[in-house]
Amino acid sequence: MAITMPLSSIIHKQPQKQRDKWPSNDFQEELVIRPLHSGDIYASFQFRTLWETDFMRGNKVSHYRLFPKSLGQVISKFSVRELHISFTQGYWRTMQWGQPFLPSPPGAELWVWFQDSVTDVDGTWKELTNVLSGIFCASLNFIDSTNTVQPSASFKPLGIGNVTDHSFLRYATLPREIVCTENLTPWKKLLPCGSKAGLAVLLKSEKLFHSSFHSQAVHIRPVCQDWQCKTTSWELRQTLNVVFDLHTPGQGKREWSLFKMFSRTLTEACPLASSSKIYIDITDNPQGEQFEVSPATPLLSQAMVLGDRRTFSVYDLTQQITFGTVRSLNLLIRWKSSEDMLRPLLHGERYVAGYGLQTGEIHTLMYNNHPYRSFPVLLLDSVPWYLRLYIHTLTVASKGKDNKPSYIHYQPSKDRVRPHLLEMLVQLPPNSVTEVTVQFERALLKWTEYTPDPNHGFYVGSSVISSLVPSIVAMDTNSTREQPLFSSFFPCKEESSYFVRVYTEPLLVNLPTPDFSMPYNVICLTCTVVAVGYGSLYNLLTRSFQIDEPSPGLAKRIANIIRKMRGVPPL
Amino acid sequence: MAAPLTLLLIVAVTIRAALYRSSLADLISERVEVVSPLTAWKRVVEGLALLDLGVSPYSGDVFHETPLIIYFFHFLVDYAEITFMLADVITAVALYMTVKDYNKQVFRKQKYALEADRYPLDCLELIRSPKEMYYIPLKVAMFYLLNPFTILSCVAKSTCGLNNAVIALFILSTIKGNVLLSAVFLSLATYQSIYPLTLCAAALLYLMQRQYIPVNYRRASFWWFIAQYAFMYLGSLFVIVCLSFFLLGSWDYLPSVYGFILSVPDLTPNIGLFWYFFAEMFEHFRLFFLCVFQINVFFYTIPLSIKLKEHPVFLIFMQLAVISIFKSYPTVGDIALYLAFLPVWSHLHRFLRNIFLVSCVLLACSALFPVLWHLWIYAGSANSNFYYAITLLFNVAQILLVSDYFYAFLRREHHLTYGLYLKRKDGSEATLVLK
Repeated sequence: MAITMPLSSIIHKQPQKQRDKWPSNDFQEELVIRPLHSGDIYASFQFRTLWETDFMRGNKVSHYRLFPKSLGQVISKFSVRELHISFTQGYWRTMQWGQPFLPSPPGAELWVWFQDSVTDVDGTWKELTNVLSGIFCASLNFIDSTNTVQPSASFKPLGIGNVTDHSFLRYATLPREIVCTENLTPWKKLLPCGSKAGLAVLLKSEKLFHSSFHSQAVHIRPVCQDWQCKTTSWELRQTLNVVFDLHTPGQGKREWSLFKMFSRTLTEACPLASSSKIYIDITDNPQGEQFEVSPATPLLSQAMVLGDRRTFSVYDLTQQITFGTVRSLNLLIRWKSSEDMLRPLLHGERYVAGYGLQTGEIHTLMYNNHPYRSFPVLLLDSVPWYLRLYIHTLTVASKGKDNKPSYIHYQPSKDRVRPHLLEMLVQLPPNSVTEVTVQFERALLKWTEYTPDPNHGFYVGSSVISSLVPSIVAMDTNSTREQPLFSSFFPCKEESSYFVRVYTEPLLVNLPTPDFSMPYNVICLTCTVVAVGYGSLYNLLTRSFQIDEPSPGLAKRIANIIRKMRGVPPL
Repeated sequence: MAAPLTLLLIVAVTIRAALYRSSLADLISERVEVVSPLTAWKRVVEGLALLDLGVSPYSGDVFHETPLIIYFFHFLVDYAEITFMLADVITAVALYMTVKDYNKQVFRKQKYALEADRYPLDCLELIRSPKEMYYIPLKVAMFYLLNPFTILSCVAKSTCGLNNAVIALFILSTIKGNVLLSAVFLSLATYQSIYPLTLCAAALLYLMQRQYIPVNYRRASFWWFIAQYAFMYLGSLFVIVCLSFFLLGSWDYLPSVYGFILSVPDLTPNIGLFWYFFAEMFEHFRLFFLCVFQINVFFYTIPLSIKLKEHPVFLIFMQLAVISIFKSYPTVGDIALYLAFLPVWSHLHRFLRNIFLVSCVLLACSALFPVLWHLWIYAGSANSNFYYAITLLFNVAQILLVSDYFYAFLRREHHLTYGLYLKRKDGSEATLVLK
């Protein structure tokens, strides 16, 4: 049974050229974007190539145009009738997201129907998995007899064919397989336009893999070319399903765009495609009251998807008018209801600036988001001793002007005994950012003082910002009254302000490291240098200059010794 | 001679002023070869800022200068550049006057020895003439002022310049024969960094020779002079130490300054041998090797004084070199001080054996220091071993330089006693070896 696809049962409102016969080599691409109820967005790419050719008849096919040569050779060499392979990262949450267009299990899944001319199915299966692992840069070579099965009923052929001998079917999954850019790149190479034109320019790995669900698949099957099914052609479908979690409440308006999802916009359709379309599911938005889609398009289409009639806005990329005057298409979906969250009045951030392992700067930013009230905050910084702070470089600036703190308590660090302690009382002006910067120097530690993974860096604890923040509503200072437990978290002594403590991020700082494999070598080499100094000075101090008399030969020396014993003068 | 010296001073001050105004000044003051945790200007400013905040500068581990520096710069922090240029000028002028006086004495001694016929006949070409010695003081001042090491040290405002000035004044007062000033400046130099203590032997030997006190430990006058000098030295040291106490009202500065110099807790890389050695030292042996390395600096005093008791000025040169090489936090400013003395021994050039090798190695290492530092700290493609290797090579080159000059000096003395062209027993030309 064939799954109903939007592509194959579309009712266009615009007239389209009718063809009795499909062209011999046809490529179509489409993208379906569907906002899900849970706030995520579901994007489904499909690239379909149809080719009227016969891989099986023995005459080797040599002229490939739109159909990728690697897959064509796989089909003909291994006598494949149907091939379905998918790589999935993440798990499809059916209860929150509904049903996917094309389901796939996490990890890698491969199921293949072989032609009945194959004599050794297991051997062919093994070779096929090895070749496919090379094509897709995946570890499909781990598929062997221990994880291969022959399902008897679940996986019927999806293309034409009436073979029911399940000995020609093999099914295997590798749930442990991880999908990454190395798998995406060869997948993109199979497309006729590659990733250079058309919808495939949106497939950038840094955004695609930053998602809740990612699945890429390749499906090859033979299909009928016309209603009478007199001739068959091969269909290659490459699908990529991805679910983005872009809804971050409180960040202002909720909106999605192609640029936000894929960090690219579209500029042209693939020139080799006969059809290139984008469909946006607007079934939940019939009168445009929930969200608006821009740029607006008059094209609409309806389709039956999984037993439900859905309405889609259509963008035809083969028409130049779709791209507008800017010649690029960035679809935008903007939600109408604006939920303005109450922004926090006091907020702190901290980061390390500078480069290299010698010096650096700690920047602490304190945000006062109250529109008209200023209030003082106490900033506490405890910096470890190996980051030597220079307190004369301390600057506090609000709105670009110097803001001198009214109270500074600084206790300098002592090496290996105690850390730096800096406490300041700073007045934060209303609706402003106050930046506190201080320079430091990184120390070289003894080799035993480094952590086992020294290049991970050293942690600096969070700064603590304590303050009495003015409250918008008057509060009750009577703390003995019956109240829920959580309201005692925010003690208030006055009606108009409450105590709040904000922690900034911790910092991760790299220190210069010595070479840990060198203690013996260093001791030897340094002592050698000291010994060179000692040796030369010792020679010059204890010896005196003498004329170098050549020593007599061995025979003469022995003769002299004998003569000395005899008491006779030497030679 | 005053005019060329003035011209030299003007040129030197101009170069330094030009560099102060350029963007290189900040770059140079961060370089670890030029400043050390003991001498960095950034730390002096930090100490003064801590004092303004009401915190003792010695309560932390950033400031390691003596309290007199705090006194000094409390008033002069705005004129720091002029102060350091003035210190360089004072050092150069003091060295100039020292060498001029020393040359006069050398020439006088030589004249007496010639009249007493003490030199063998064939070593007349080793005798020095006033003509060749005329420009030596100017050359010494030039070697100090125009040495790139000195210029870098001055532009970085490293307090090593001040230490050099005090040592130069000590040498000047010793050569002039002023016992009190010599003791005072020596105590000041020792107070700043402990190591100039080794120069007291040379000062004592010179002053005793000048006052015709025989250097013989059996004589009472010898011990009496030593007692006098020690009294003056200890007295001035006591006064300075008490003054330092009264600045902040505590003895905190003693462990912070002298404890720091002797126990080397800060392992910031520099051009010396201590930092990497103690970064890679097994904890068990740390105290042992610390004692060995510190004794190594003081240990050469007595043997060198015994060997060079007739030549105390060369002894001063040797001691300065040994201090600069083996001290715990050396910088290029320390090296510049003893390199300034090299023109005084220019007559030894015919006996020097390694001078080409040494100068090539010193030049190459000076060029490689910033390159390998950058590769280790900024580019991340080298590691600390590269910088350490250049440190080792630099120190070996310095040791070779010093021992080469020592060899040449001793050989010339030998020739002056025994003749220049020595013959073996059979009449053929002899080779001299150390045996």
